[in-house]
Amino acid sequence: MTYFGVWAALLVGTLLTYEVAKIDLGVFNSAVALIIATTKALLVALFFMHLKGASEKLLKLVVLSTIFFLILLMALAMFDYGTRWYS
Amino acid sequence: MAAHSKTHNPALLHHFATEEQQRNSASFGMWIFLATEVMFFGGLFCAYLIYRRWYFGDFAAASTSIDALLGGTNTAVLICSSLTVVLAIWAAQTARRGLMLVMLVLTMIFGATFLGIKGIEYKDKFVEHHVPGASFNFDHEEIPGHPGQYANPHHAQIFFALYFVMTGLHALHMIIGLGIFTWLLWAAWKGRFTPNYHTPLEIGGLYWHFVDIVWIYLFPLLYLIDRHP
Repeated sequence: MTYFGVWAALLVGTLLTYEVAKIDLGVFNSAVALIIATTKALLVALFFMHLKGASEKLLKLVVLSTIFFLILLMALAMFDYGTRWYS
Repeated sequence: MAAHSKTHNPALLHHFATEEQQRNSASFGMWIFLATEVMFFGGLFCAYLIYRRWYFGDFAAASTSIDALLGGTNTAVLICSSLTVVLAIWAAQTARRGLMLVMLVLTMIFGATFLGIKGIEYKDKFVEHHVPGASFNFDHEEIPGHPGQYANPHHAQIFFALYFVMTGLHALHMIIGLGIFTWLLWAAWKGRFTPNYHTPLEIGGLYWHFVDIVWIYLFPLLYLIDRHP
């Protein structure tokens, strides 16, 4: 069953993120951690929360606008704090 | 008008035309609630990002003081609980009442285990005086990768404040989730869920998976900053 495959992939992802954190990748450490976390989140959302195969367009609109507003919140805040000098 | 005769399907509420419409409305409402939850947690993640950029070394020192093995174990526990949730729904869809009850009980056991491990972690932080407040102490803690450089305790305190608020809010969601699953277990025991009607299981499951996803991000962000020697 797909569920067991997704479960195994999530456990492997957890082990991977734990082990890769011990290797010095410089600035890429956080990038790798976030990529693994997002892959795991996608697996949960698509298969466990049954977004894959959901037919309603309205539901997809809610999910996509949630992601959009989250990125808007983070990105605009980071542009601001990342480009200003506070003493 | 015939659709609302006296012999209508007992699982179908009067204001819905079909069972499919009823199911879709329920999950749609839940997804909108989850959207508000994403923004709720999103504000905290945003605050975390800003402070982490400013005080990276202090955050790394504070993060290294938390037991990452406990956090990793908790991640695995939550992933297992998410599996038992989908299996409970599958059991309801295929009319396996016994399996559904077992899976719901397992989900609650995993959830309680998560909170127990969380409690051990919190206890360690109290013992080490890493809880923000009057007795907070983070003196002479080296910044990882910078021998001889010590973390600023004020900045480390901000990390621990974010740590306790974010994991605490997550734990509160877990406690609410356990309450929801207690009710689901009771309803499943009473035989309320059939292959045709098990919407509460699906809605409760969506909530549980969302809480799992929040933890999937919390684990690397709080426990695994600059762990390499």
